[in-house]
Formats: sequence, C-alpha cells, structure tokens
Amino acid sequence: MGIATEDRALPGRRTAAPGRAGGPHRAPSSRRTLLRRAGLPYLLLLPAVLLELLVHLVPMLIGILASFKELTQFYIRNWSAAPWRGLENYRVSVDLNAPVGKDLLNSFFVTCVLSVLAVGMCWLIGTAAAIFMQEGFRGRGLLRAIFLTPYALPVYAAVITWAFMFQRDHGMVNHVIVDQLGLTDERPFWLLGDNSFIALAVVAVWKTWPFAFLIVMAALQNIPKELYEAAAIDGAGIRQQIRRITMPALYPINRVLVLVLFLWTFNDFNTPYILFGDSAPAPANLISIHIYQSSFVTWNFGTGSAMSVLLLLFLLVVTAGYLLATLRGRKTADV
Amino acid sequence: MHRMRAAAAALALGTLAATAACGGGSAGGGQASNEAPKTLTYWASNQGPDIEADKEILTPELKKFEQQTGIKVELEVVPWADLLNRILAATTSGQGPDVLNIGNTWSTSLQATGALLPWDAATFDKIGGRDRFVDSALATAGAEGQDPAAVPLYSMAYALYYHKKAFADAGIEKPPATWDELVAAGKKLSTGGKWGLGVEGSNLSNNIHQVFVLAKQHGADFFDASGKPTFTSDGAVAAVKQYIDLMATDKIVAPGNAEYAQNQSLQDFAKGNTAMILWQTAATTLTSHGMKPDEWGVAPVPVPAGTPGTGQNVNSMVAGINMAVFKNTDNLDGALQFVKFMTGDEEQKTLNKTYGSIPPVKTAQQDEAFNGPDLAVLRDTLATSAAPLPRVPEESQFETAVGTAVKELFADAAQGREITTDLVKERLTKAQQQMPTK
Amino acid sequence: MSSAPTAPPRSFLWARGVFLTLLTGFVLVPVYVMVSSSLKPLQDVSGRFSWLPSGLTVSPYFDIWDTVPLARYFVNSLVVAGAATVLSVIVAVFAAYAVSRYRFPGKQVFTVTVLSTQMFPGILFLLPLFLIYVNIGNATGIALYGSRGGLILTYLTFSLPFSIWMLIGYFASIPRALDEAAAVDGCGPVATLFRIVIPAAIPGIVAVAVYAFMTAWGEVLFASIMTNDTTRTLSVGLQGYATQNDVYWNQVMAASLTISVPVVAGFLLLQRYLVAGLTAGAVK
Repeated sequence: MGIATEDRALPGRRTAAPGRAGGPHRAPSSRRTLLRRAGLPYLLLLPAVLLELLVHLVPMLIGILASFKELTQFYIRNWSAAPWRGLENYRVSVDLNAPVGKDLLNSFFVTCVLSVLAVGMCWLIGTAAAIFMQEGFRGRGLLRAIFLTPYALPVYAAVITWAFMFQRDHGMVNHVIVDQLGLTDERPFWLLGDNSFIALAVVAVWKTWPFAFLIVMAALQNIPKELYEAAAIDGAGIRQQIRRITMPALYPINRVLVLVLFLWTFNDFNTPYILFGDSAPAPANLISIHIYQSSFVTWNFGTGSAMSVLLLLFLLVVTAGYLLATLRGRKTADV
Repeated sequence: MHRMRAAAAALALGTLAATAACGGGSAGGGQASNEAPKTLTYWASNQGPDIEADKEILTPELKKFEQQTGIKVELEVVPWADLLNRILAATTSGQGPDVLNIGNTWSTSLQATGALLPWDAATFDKIGGRDRFVDSALATAGAEGQDPAAVPLYSMAYALYYHKKAFADAGIEKPPATWDELVAAGKKLSTGGKWGLGVEGSNLSNNIHQVFVLAKQHGADFFDASGKPTFTSDGAVAAVKQYIDLMATDKIVAPGNAEYAQNQSLQDFAKGNTAMILWQTAATTLTSHGMKPDEWGVAPVPVPAGTPGTGQNVNSMVAGINMAVFKNTDNLDGALQFVKFMTGDEEQKTLNKTYGSIPPVKTAQQDEAFNGPDLAVLRDTLATSAAPLPRVPEESQFETAVGTAVKELFADAAQGREITTDLVKERLTKAQQQMPTK
Repeated sequence: MSSAPTAPPRSFLWARGVFLTLLTGFVLVPVYVMVSSSLKPLQDVSGRFSWLPSGLTVSPYFDIWDTVPLARYFVNSLVVAGAATVLSVIVAVFAAYAVSRYRFPGKQVFTVTVLSTQMFPGILFLLPLFLIYVNIGNATGIALYGSRGGLILTYLTFSLPFSIWMLIGYFASIPRALDEAAAVDGCGPVATLFRIVIPAAIPGIVAVAVYAFMTAWGEVLFASIMTNDTTRTLSVGLQGYATQNDVYWNQVMAASLTISVPVVAGFLLLQRYLVAGLTAGAVK
C-alpha cells in the first residue's frame, strides 16, 4: 500500500518557490515564520493534549484529591465540604488485618493471576494460530474471518452469551459436561464459587486472543521470506525456523503486545461486570469490580479512589519495570 | 474541532467549579425545567414487564396530568440496574430529575445525602396530608424521627405462593402456616426432580428481605437502636442459618437456585418444577409465564408459631416504591402537584391495579379491586404483620454485605459444604466488619 | 515459507489441523449458541439447553424492537462510536505527525504521559469526569452530561493513547525522503501531512479507526452513568432485555446478533487494511 502512493506523491509538485527550498539557508525568513515553525508541533498536539487533560488527567487529579477525603453518601452532594481524611482511606485499604484490606489484597491477587494467565493464553493461542496460518491453504481467509469474530463482537453480546452458557441448570457447558459426556454426576457451578475464576478466564481469553492473533499475523508479514528460504537450504526444520527466525523477529512486537494485553485484562471492567453483576464471587473478584463495589455500591468514593490510586501506582511500577527490563540491549528510545 | 475548543475553554472554568462548589445546584434542577417552568422531569422505575410497557402504562396518565395542570412531564423509565447509579450521579452533580421513584429501602440512605426534599407537615398538606398514607408504608420513607424523604407510591408485601395441583397431588390440604409445616410440606413435594421451594440465592436484595423477616421472628435485628450493626447476634445467625438450611439440611430447595438472581425461581414455579415460592406480588409475572390465576394459591408467609402479627410474628418486609422530589428542582410547586396527582385516589387505583401492587393510600386501598383472594393476603400482611427494613443510612451497604454473605453460604450449601453455626457466624462477622465504622 | 523447497512435514500439517479445528470450535460454539438461541421460543431458552431447537421461530427478531427502543439505541451507538472514531483519528494523526516528524521540548513527556493514561482505571475518574461535564454545562451551557457529545469526547480520548502510539510507529515507517521531496516542491508541513503522509498511511489509519470504533462501541461503565433514555447506547440498552419479570434470553441473543452483524461485517471487510496497517505501524 505504502509503496503505491509513494509514486503518486512524487511527481506533479510544482517547484514554485525555489528561493525557500533548501534547509540550510532560509534567507529572509522572518521571526514570525520561525516562531510558527517552532509552534507548529505544539499546535498539532494541542487537541490531543486538551482532550487528555479534560478526560484523563484533570479527572484523575480530582480522583486523587478525593482519595484524601471522606466521600460517603453524607458528603457526595458537596465534595468541597467533605472532610479531609488524610491517609485514612489508604490505611483502611492496605490494613491487611481488616476485611477491607484483606479483600483488596485478595482481589489484587486474583487480578494478577488472571491477567498473567489470560495474557499468556492469549499470546500463546494467537501466536500459534498466526504461525499455523502464515502459509496459505484453502479456507485460510474464511478461518481468519472466523477467528477475528470474537474481537469484533460487541462486548455485551459476547459476554452475556457466555453467561447464558455457564448457567448451572440450563447452560450449554454443563449440558456437555454432565449430560453428554457424563464427566461428573453433580452439575458444577460456573458463576459461583471457585469455578467462577475459570469461567472468567475462559471468557477473557476467548474475547482477547484474536487481538494477539491479529497483531502477530501482521508482524509475521514483515519477516522476509528469504530468511526462511535460506534457513531451509541450511537444513533447518520448521521447529528450528520458528525458534531461530520467527520468534526473534516477533520480539519487539511481543514486548508491546504483552504489555497492552496485560493492562487491558488488568483494568477490564466490562467482562466481570456483565458476567457476575454487582457482586462477583470472591475467586473472580477482579480489582476493577472490587473498586466499583467499594465506591458505587457502598458509596464510599474516598476509599474507592484510594484503592484506584494504589492500583494506578502498581501499574505504573509494573509497566516501568517491564519496559526497562525488556529494553535492555535495545536502544530504542521511544516506547 | 469547534466543539473541542469550546469544551477545552470551558475546562478551566469547569475545573474550578468542580473543586470549589460541586453540585451547589443553584444553576437548576432537571434539564427540562431550565427551559420552561411548565415541565417536569420524572424518573420512573421499571414496574411493568419491560421499559416500553411502563411507558405505555404511564404516558396516558401523564397526559391526564398535563390536561389538568398544563404541566408537561418528561418521562424516563430507568432500568433497575441503572437507577441507583443515576440517582447517585444526580445527587453528586445536582443535575437530576424533578420527581423520581426510589426503591423504598433506599429511602434512608438517600435521605442522608440531603438530595431529596424532606416532607414536613406543610409539604404534606399540599398533597392532602400525611394521614392519607398507610402508616407502615410511610414508615419506609426515611429514618425514624425525621421528616420522610419520600412518600409511598406502590406497596407490596411478601406472601407464600403455592401450586394448588402439586399440593393436591402430594395430599397436602392447606398451605403451611408455620416453618415446620413448610419444611414438612416441602419434603413431601421434593421428589422426582421437583422441589418444594424456590429461592433466589444470588439476588442480594431478596436474600436480605428473607433473612430480615426470619431475624425478626428470632427476636433479632440487624441494627440496634443506635444504628450500630448487630449482624452476629444469636438471632441473626440463627435466622440466616435457618434460611440456608432450607437448601442445606432440609433439602427442599434445588441447589441450582444458589445462582438465581433474575427471577428464575418464578419461571421454575410457573413450569411446575417448584411448588412454593416466597415472593412479593408475583401475580403479573406468573401470568406472563403462562399460568392461570386459579392454578396458584396465596397464603401468608409462615411464622414460627401461631398467626402472623407483630413482634416475632412479623412475616414480611414492607416492600414497595416511594416517590421523592429532588431538592434541586426549580419547579417545586409543579413537582408537588405531580406527587399529589400520582398519590390521588384515582391514579392510585389505576396504577396499582395495573402493576398488581397495593395502594399505600388508605382511601384507594378500600377499592374492591384490592380485595381479591391474592391481594387481600398482601393487604392484610401490610396492615398487620409487615415491618420496614432497617431505617439506617447504611442500608445499601447492609444489603450488599449481608446479601453477599447469604449468597456465598448458598453457594457453599449447593456445593455440598456443611453449613454450621460457626460458618454462618464467621460470614456475618466478615459482613459486619465491612460496614463503615462511625 | 510457501516457496520453501521442502514441503512442511506431515507432523506439522497434522498439528495444524488439530489445533485449528479445536480453535475454530472454541470460537464458534458461543456464536452457534447465540444464533440457535435467538431462533428458539422463550420456553426453550429458559429451559434446559439443547443443541437443536425444538421449534424454530423468528418472532424474537420482531419482538426485540418493542421490548426496548433498540433502533434508537442503535442510532445512538452509531453516532457516538462513529463520531468518536472520526475525531479520534484526526486528533491522533495530528499528534502522531508532530511526534514523528519534529524534535521539540516536551515531546518525551507528551508521549509518556499519553501512553500512561492507558493504564488509568476507569473507576478512578468516572465520577470526577462526570462532575466536570456537569460543571461545564452549568458554566457554559454546553450540555456534555447526558448528551452524545459528552460520550463522544470521552470515548475519543479513550482510544487516543493506543491510536497515537500506533500512528507514530506507522508514520516513522514512511520514508522521510518523501517529506523532503514535498518540501522541495514547496509544500508546507501541513500540506505535506495531507498530501504525502496521510495517503501513505491509509492502512494504519484504518487500523486505528477500527480500534477506536470497537473501543467506543462496547463500553458499558461510562455509558451507564452518562446517558439517559434518549442518548443511551446499545451496550447499556441491551441490558433492558433482563426485565423485572424475566430475562428474554432469545431476544437478548437476537438483539446481540442484529447489532453485531453490521459491525462484524464491517470489521471483516476492513481486516485486510487492519493487517496491513498493523504490519507497518505497530510492528515498525
């Protein structure tokens, strides 16, 4: 694509202002143009900066401010009149001897395990599928379309279907496991108790792996065919080709892909909320749901904000650590 | 682009305002009422089969009101899933409707925010006086000793719905009046893939309603007189255990009910898979599931012994919907006129008939329509043996904490875990620790 | 690999067959459940699951429009997601162009800050953002709360970080020689952007647009607080099929399918661009 437009762009440009052409001597250029030049990048960034300020940064600052306040239902009508609580909200959130802190730790733990598991599965399935489909075969286009469908489905539609399938008495999953395969006599619960974690993980993977597939598939197209050909001539088998050519070539994209997948899963609210409603069972109580419950269901926005801030700090540390760790040996300055 | 610039320019102002004087509300209430004083915004709750049905039911009534007063009511039926959050957002920002429906159990919580208009004697006079309303219904509208934050609109009560045919087949002659009888009947009925009783184990509110009544019957309350939570009292623990035991030891509730939260137990009942349910005003739903009214019977919810009454013979919470006026309204007179209209005899009869509920207005309650066999039970329950849920500002936290504890206990019971008194106490202790400390 | 002198070994083909078959099953089972349930009468879907419907009915596809105002929600979602997408692409293109083509103080701060917003938990700023919108409304009369405009602003910003990051990568892959040639021809920076860079970056832009659209299309949390009856979007509106009485599972499925078909179709039509865009953009 890029190549085609390249040709089109070159000819046909009149050389109208020959005097202004080159870089080194922009002779009579007034101060104004200079200023405009220097200002241009900022002008281009302005909309993005303003939007980020409006929607992300300023609200976040207010949120941080709120985390130091006592914002219960008695004060939400007038935030400015809510009393300051200092670090009390934080103390409550991290007090591991009290249930609030314990629950937060539990859901933090659950979220971490789920994120690592789901990201790992998504990456594995996505990469495997992309590698298997690197080479053309009949029906590849159709298969690719099928694989991308979960990603294209609206979240609500996808997750509610899974909730429907996971019902204990009438669901499709138990129909298969108990009625058709006879694996267990008791119908297990999927939306209650320990299994709810599995249910959540399955849905998260189902919904997200196509994204990994898409990205890896795109990345694979950048690997020159000649590399494989040369390797094949050298007698490398497919496994070796994958290990020695594909994987190293995928490294830079994997680095970002894994991070993005991690952040998405970690902060995902929609999936558990649609699957379990307001009160998720403890084994599947993701941190976003937990914070939602702390702030919206029990109306304590101060504590909820404090938890969010802690979460944000954690993610910042993880991300920075991850980027530093994976950056080693690569001198790319940009993220 | 213009929009973004404008928004950005406003940002500076907005930020200042947000930190300085959030929701001061002087700028006005309902979106609609800003433009013309002759309109009101009304948030209705979802009472009918679905949102669209509610609109069809309410719109002609609102037209009537417009003809009488010239005030146009902008109706929005807010789904239950969103209603509390929308009210919360309205409270926080001061941008809300003029008049709204609230679940009556939220009254005290919302009262504490100060967002709702208090109903003092003078205000009550404008809608015909406080005496128009049934006491038990009015008691749900706010904390004790304070002016109510709302007025009752529709009332409901719990009753025992039973399958006449299933009872006849099992040779049970009359509906159980005590819990022992209920368990005994349930055991007879729980055979051949059918079950005695249906519950909604994952529905937090429903769990609360049931264990609240059982606690009353054990002489216990979830809050003491000073408003401190007392979830772990012997009576409360026994009440929760008794409710869970219907599944765990009596085995008259299907384990699958532990994950019910969307009225699946009504479906099971309509299909004849369970013989009894404890429900509030189930008639319309059962009919919509294809049951004929003569297929089910309605009886008072069982009590430990004797007949339903007060004290330990309470057998229902006072359920229902209250109507509140948002304090920030800039059309207070119109809002009060509208409340007066909706609580007037005529509207009370029409709407409560349609929704299958009981009018909380004394004069309307006398209508023949509320004297049928079903509704008479509900009406008598409301009049003699129903108590309001704890009227504390932390009611919603209580519902979440204890409701979740009950839900988890049902999940344990369904998976065959033994439900001991210690386990129940442990869960309730945890629930109590989650309550905000004052 | 296709031109490799040796054909892939049998074991590879075998593994591929098994893996892709299983994966297809995993992906398609929920889709099948969705389709088959949408064609069942209500008693069937609320009873025990069966693979084959006992009786087929298309009535759910008619009922869905009456149970909730689906058409209105659909239009709202289209308007919101569409506008958010267009604006997000425009804003992201400008920003990415600045970052990829200029050196200026603050560049690093900008990139890092924007990217780090990707990890903000939505819960943290949901209520503050709502408050800001209300206050903007009170101060200026621009109704952001409850309007589609507010939702558009919100969603377009949600997709900005990833979009900008992807386009930076994509623009960087477009040879500078093209820009310089354009400059020689007398194009200013803006003209260069529109005449050279954007046309060369179409695949990347499409990829970003698809991403922005999907982000806006599925969001539940902010939509549930920031919309009212007239501006409600599909992701929230679909919850209306779970009513006081019943969950109309067959209608839920029928409505889900109805709203998914155009999106999935569009997505699949654009997937070639998407892959091409990602190939050059995200992969650098």
